[in-house]
Amino acid sequence: MPYPEMMIQPMRDEVTRLGVQELRTVAEVDAALGDISESTMVFVNSVCGCAAGGARPALTMALGHSRLPARTYSVFAGQDLDATARARSYFGEYQPSSPSVALLKGGEVVAFVHRHQIEGRSPDQIAADLVSAFDSYCG
Amino acid sequence: MSGHVFHPGHDALHGVTVVVDATDGRTLVGRWHEQTHRGVLLHDVAVHDPAASATPKEEWLVKLRKFGIAVDLKHAIIPASQLLGIRRLVE
Repeated sequence: MPYPEMMIQPMRDEVTRLGVQELRTVAEVDAALGDISESTMVFVNSVCGCAAGGARPALTMALGHSRLPARTYSVFAGQDLDATARARSYFGEYQPSSPSVALLKGGEVVAFVHRHQIEGRSPDQIAADLVSAFDSYCG
Repeated sequence: MSGHVFHPGHDALHGVTVVVDATDGRTLVGRWHEQTHRGVLLHDVAVHDPAASATPKEEWLVKLRKFGIAVDLKHAIIPASQLLGIRRLVE
């Protein structure tokens, strides 16, 4: 069940202020992910403080890196249900989890950071995983 | 909102994806909610049953670590008497 929007907005802002474009409808997702060849990151945002409380600061750190995806998007799991489901349809075999981060290139997932790789880890550690993926597939 | 936690008061494993080995031979992987006198409550649970799967458990776990949790059960309670071991999926 979605949370009240006033609770969620700061979590949206924490991501969009980084320059990440939030996708809130199926049409927006398809327009963004439907035909991609460049490196593209999709951050699956989440309310869950157990993991998302580390994921968003990690994203902030990682997006300060010198090599970055050409395009960066986010969807909000549990809030924008249709948009999130549509975004996940582009993730192939990778199962839904939130928060999580997918890195796509040439229409395929080339790296994925699942929720279970975020839980209980520091933002520094999570950011290191993202930066490693950026170095491998971006720029 | 960095680091904000919506569900304080839970134990250290709350929200963490764990592997639970049960005495009946099954292995369950899911998000730990809590442990009470009834047992362990997991959410979004994948289940490996060696009697029903041709895939060895360790191979199944490798796939889960790479591709994530393919949910078989929305919730599962493993009675305390059936717990053999608990560890984090990432360990």
